[in-house]
Amino acid sequence: MSATVNRVGLPRDAYKGAATTLCAGCGHNSITNHMIKALYELGVEPHLLAKMSGIGCSSKTPAYFVETAHGFNGVHGRMPALTTGAHLANRQLIMLGVSGDGDTASIGLGQFMHMIRRNVDCTYIIEDNGTYGLTKGQFSATADLGSVQKKGAVNTFQPIDPCAVALALGCSFVARSFSGDGKQVVPLIKAAIAHRGTAILDIISPCVTFNDHDGSTKSYSWVKDHEESIADVSFIPFFEEVHVDWT
Amino acid sequence: MTEPIVNDLTIQAATVNGSGSQTANLVLTRAIFHMGIPVAPKNVFPSNIEGLPTWYQLRITPEGHMARSDKVDILIAFNVATWREDLKSVRPGGVVIHEEAFSTADVRTDVTYYPVPFSKLAKSKIQNDTLRKQLANMIYVGVVAGLLGIPWGAVEHGVKRQFLAKPKAVPVNLDAIKLGYDYWQDNFSKQDPYRLEPMTGAVEGKVLVEGNQAAALGALMGGVTVVAWYPITPSSSLCEYLIAYSDRFRLDEKTSEKNISVVQAEDELAAVGMAIGAGWAGARAMTSTSGPGISLMAEFSGLAYYAEVPVVIFDIQRIGPSTGLPTRTSQADIGFVYTLSHGDTKHLVLLPGTVEECYEFARDAFDHADRFQTPVFILSDLDLGMNLWMTPEFKYPDKKFDRGKVLSKQDLEKLAGEWGRYRDVDGDGVTYRTLPGTDHPAAGYFTRGSGHDEQARYTEGADAYARNMDRLAHKLETARHALPAPVVEESGSPIGLIAFGSTHSAVIEAREMLAAAGKKVDYLRVRALPLADEVARFVARHERVYVIEQNRDGQLYDLVRLALPAELVERVRSIRHYNGQPIPAIAITGPLMDREAVPA
Repeated sequence: MSATVNRVGLPRDAYKGAATTLCAGCGHNSITNHMIKALYELGVEPHLLAKMSGIGCSSKTPAYFVETAHGFNGVHGRMPALTTGAHLANRQLIMLGVSGDGDTASIGLGQFMHMIRRNVDCTYIIEDNGTYGLTKGQFSATADLGSVQKKGAVNTFQPIDPCAVALALGCSFVARSFSGDGKQVVPLIKAAIAHRGTAILDIISPCVTFNDHDGSTKSYSWVKDHEESIADVSFIPFFEEVHVDWT
Repeated sequence: MTEPIVNDLTIQAATVNGSGSQTANLVLTRAIFHMGIPVAPKNVFPSNIEGLPTWYQLRITPEGHMARSDKVDILIAFNVATWREDLKSVRPGGVVIHEEAFSTADVRTDVTYYPVPFSKLAKSKIQNDTLRKQLANMIYVGVVAGLLGIPWGAVEHGVKRQFLAKPKAVPVNLDAIKLGYDYWQDNFSKQDPYRLEPMTGAVEGKVLVEGNQAAALGALMGGVTVVAWYPITPSSSLCEYLIAYSDRFRLDEKTSEKNISVVQAEDELAAVGMAIGAGWAGARAMTSTSGPGISLMAEFSGLAYYAEVPVVIFDIQRIGPSTGLPTRTSQADIGFVYTLSHGDTKHLVLLPGTVEECYEFARDAFDHADRFQTPVFILSDLDLGMNLWMTPEFKYPDKKFDRGKVLSKQDLEKLAGEWGRYRDVDGDGVTYRTLPGTDHPAAGYFTRGSGHDEQARYTEGADAYARNMDRLAHKLETARHALPAPVVEESGSPIGLIAFGSTHSAVIEAREMLAAAGKKVDYLRVRALPLADEVARFVARHERVYVIEQNRDGQLYDLVRLALPAELVERVRSIRHYNGQPIPAIAITGPLMDREAVPA
């Protein structure tokens, strides 16, 4: 009995990576699993995938999927520059960047914006938890006004919304989802990879250790209470037949 | 009248920037060069677009000295704002061509004046309103041509060469020059000793090239395909030349599309990041910058060092600290660049001393970067980069690219996938890499700036960290022997000079001056960091060694002493020049003679 394989002849396991070192229950781990599913179902050839990241919890995750692909964990907030350069060097590569809210909306805001301005062909996923997990719970620039830190401090600043920034810059693919909603995230990742140009995916991804308490607007319970799915998302890649159920 | 002075003089044009004076100066330079006479131009310009004082020094010597002269023989005074100060720079017996309208009350009497009504001539004779300001500068080209006896044919050549891409501009410029030429003939009789006469044998086979232009050509010959940069003086012209050359020489024959990518990045962080991303993915990639930009590139440089990614980084030095004097030259980045980034980072640094080396080192830097999988810095400066230098024509490269240790799909098949990105299988500290896109399941690995083991796996292990750092040091030691060796010129003098980069031209002249005064000195020119063993041997062969450089703190002096055994350290002395003007020979001979006169 042969294992189930995708269109390039690979089993799902071929898209796995090293074991995660993130906290149990971290939203990022869910996103990693969605990524594995999306890449497997799309039939992306691992050797053509380039996994790019900056610094932070989010930026560790490219090690946790498609272990046989090349990856580059660079410096904080500068993933777009590395991605742009690698893309220019080899246009065959499928560029997949993973960033966080600190990596994108604070230290890397300039590169984030200029990448969109250049419409570099890549998928840019923001694993957005509103906090600096790796340095133990400081607010990030996407933390909402009035949201409360674990130790009680209240955020007095307006957030930077990466999607609003991307839209203002005319980005040709912008989406927001929730790490707990695989049904939405998986087709969004597929569509983002299929998109030619910069695709921004802001995925709210709760930090179970530093930002999952009452008063946080990026906790599991808050997101579940406030999630409103505005569309039933599906993505049909070019190689799949369209099936319509008329009944 | 005194003895004629032939082909040995320095012209200084004091003008206003943004007025077209640079074009006039270049026409004059090219006309004189066309007479077979060696020229050495130096442009001293402000960080400004229009209206501030600017000076252009054109040094002419039969020997072909390229260093800045500290004396002015012929002043072209075109700027009323600096007129009185400029006048002081002229040597006694020199010549002053000035705008007739300038006040000459109480001027010095030991120079010859040729007052010319430049403004009136321009107003009455140049019909084109929009071009009048620019063309007014051309009038002094004509006056100088008359004064020095530059043949009209040479002037014509200078104009045609300068307006190669704009032949329509030739007649109107020649007309303006003729105004000055005729004015000289009609109004003056020669009262000074300066003359130019055609020469043979001095400039044949030579061309006038800027260092940045040479470096751009070298990079192109080195096979660069990804260039990311952010504009900054005095580095911008390097990438601009590269763009211009690639428009002509890097077009796909079938599609006419460029097969090189040039990105004007949002800042220097992004510029070097893009180059490193491209180097990682297998391209020959580069960036070019200057002081403030190199500071911004520190973090990424450490990543490329530690993750072992090839990239070429040009630093066309200007005066710091901070913004400093953006349009003045310096050699003060050498210490910083050598260890750019935090932690135990150390880089390969190439130190071109001529425009020919700007070309060759730029070309070879890509081989070094690929070979040793590390950033290679090329340290030039404003003087070398932005001034025109007389140089032998460049040679077309006769060797293939060295892409270093890259494993292909076939290599991986032979190894049955058994390899480690940071495994030192050859014992030279240089490990094998694969490129993204290599179609083999064992090809992929995870590049990171965090701690990693031989298999490129994340580790915070103490032994693995130290092992990797030791290997990196070993790799640098391997690389050290492959870099351009020092150039030594020695004839048994007890005194030695050590210098690098654009200081070279002043050292050549200083050695001639010292030899003429009966004091021969030996010379070692450093061409790369880490320093070659030859430096210590050179010091050991001399009683006193002077390290000459263009920075305040004697940065190479420090590096040289660090490379010496204790008993040799006291032999080394430091001569420094750091006012932003290219070092003249006198700034070497003066301090050296003073120090030699005092017992150590």
